Amino acid sequence: MADVIKKATRESYGEALRDLAEKYPRLVVLDADLAAATKTGIFKKAYPERFFDCGIAEANMMGVAAGLAASGMIPFASTFAMFAAGRAYEIVRNSIGYPHLNVKIGATHAGISVGEDGATHQCNEDIALMRTIPGMTVIVPSDDVEARAAVEAAILHEGPVYMRFGRLAAPVLNDPATYQFELGKGITLRESDQDEITIIATGLMVGEAVSAADALKADGISARVINIHTIKPIDKELICKAAGETGRIITVEEHSIIGGLGSAVADCVTECCPVPVTRIGVNDEFGHSGPAVDLLKEFGLSSENIIATVKKVLNK
Amino acid sequence: MDETLKKQLMKTAVNVRMGVLTGTFHAKSGHPGGSLSIADLLTYLYYNKMNVNAQNPDDENRDRLVLSKGHTAPALYAVLAEKGYFDKKELESLRHIGALLQGHPCIHIPGVDMSSGSLGQGISAACGMALAGKLNKKDYHVYTILGDGEIEEGQVWEAAMFAAHYKLDNLTAVIDNNGLQIDGKITEVCSPEPIDEKFRAFGWHVIVLDDAHDFDKIDEAFKKAETISGKPVAIIQKSIKGKGVSFMENQVSWHGAAPNAEQYQQAMNELKAALAELEA
Repeated sequence: MADVIKKATRESYGEALRDLAEKYPRLVVLDADLAAATKTGIFKKAYPERFFDCGIAEANMMGVAAGLAASGMIPFASTFAMFAAGRAYEIVRNSIGYPHLNVKIGATHAGISVGEDGATHQCNEDIALMRTIPGMTVIVPSDDVEARAAVEAAILHEGPVYMRFGRLAAPVLNDPATYQFELGKGITLRESDQDEITIIATGLMVGEAVSAADALKADGISARVINIHTIKPIDKELICKAAGETGRIITVEEHSIIGGLGSAVADCVTECCPVPVTRIGVNDEFGHSGPAVDLLKEFGLSSENIIATVKKVLNK
Repeated sequence: MDETLKKQLMKTAVNVRMGVLTGTFHAKSGHPGGSLSIADLLTYLYYNKMNVNAQNPDDENRDRLVLSKGHTAPALYAVLAEKGYFDKKELESLRHIGALLQGHPCIHIPGVDMSSGSLGQGISAACGMALAGKLNKKDYHVYTILGDGEIEEGQVWEAAMFAAHYKLDNLTAVIDNNGLQIDGKITEVCSPEPIDEKFRAFGWHVIVLDDAHDFDKIDEAFKKAETISGKPVAIIQKSIKGKGVSFMENQVSWHGAAPNAEQYQQAMNELKAALAELEA
């Protein structure tokens, strides 16, 4: 994939906000002193009068967003995932979730790929936290094209939305000319009648899952690949169909295996079609400092580990 | 203040206090003490200050009120019921299963502008509403009421900083300074004093209202607040927790306890007597 274009989804987020601002005049953007990192600075440069820095005060930012939404605006509140979902959790729950206000949370720097900043900033728990809030939509885009589409889908959806973006440049997998984003609908990327396993991935791991499936194909193993960009509401129908047809599931996410995609998929199949689910993700541990690409390998968030895990569970 | 108007407000405030007692008595729980300390304030705001219409509760041009000290919902509900946002009978099912009136304010209740109750959060939402008013060039005003214990929450000061930075002069925060919180006197629990100096240091215009149960003084404070531009206003109102019910006044034990049948009767008798005196 040497010639594949790479772009961090946080960059796509900032650009999408700028590009959609004219179409959606009620859109305003809040940040907590991280505009340069979350890329809302791109919006700020184009629309300074619609951008509000809240300073290093995430709790208040979420509350201000709630008040703006209660007065008809569509606020995007941005900071790192650690502070959006972590520090401000209770404000998101009580001031945004409970009144079901139309706030969009743009959380960047999610997961272990934050890299050198280390464990304090590597949020591997945000999906788990956000998906427990009633009425909260949770989206994890896999690339630039999906991230841009997700931002507009979030605007068009009435209600709170949590969007998870990454710091690390990710390969652009989707073709903007043909790509269609449908909230709550997974996307099947590899499929055949011979599929003996389904790899369900989200975010940065979608590219790794596709690479793994293509390599497995060469070894005579047919694996279905599903991109679940909307963790909540999750595409039960697609997941249960895959469970029934392939009999075995592996989930891959740059998030704790507790409470994230793996848990959400397990929740689904337990009710509709119980099959073994193997979860690849960050195990019950904190991350640490290091280059993002090295950390991803170390924590098994790689096509190599997906391939090895598939072979292991299939005894091949 | 005009004497006839003042008398009318005083009578309404007694009715609001009766509503607080009715709600908490039937709920067998709730927070009468802090509800009674803001009964006069809420009466003044909803009957003499705010541009609101019970027939059109979602009017985008209306003034807004966020009860940041959300546990005193019985007072807000009582005044909204008086105003006709919903039937007064609803007060009797406060906190009951299936009831309209939740234990803490809920945005889905007619007239309630924001869900609140987790302390420290309402003022942030009020800032957002005030900011939206500025952005949309609306001339509505946003009021928020905080407890003096509540301002121990760090988020309050994040919001205070934000409101001053963005010059939200369409925002007025009232700090209900009754001096008591669940664990005792605010000065003994973990003192937030001096409250006036703190808000001043955060860039607010501060008005100290030394008797939150005197409508002339309340009126004077809000009229003064109206003249301030370029910064948000904090009105620190010195109030009496449990005001209007003799055995509840200044008693911290009435922060979060409902009256039993006998106490309810006694309280209602006192309030009825107060009303009769006003009507005499």
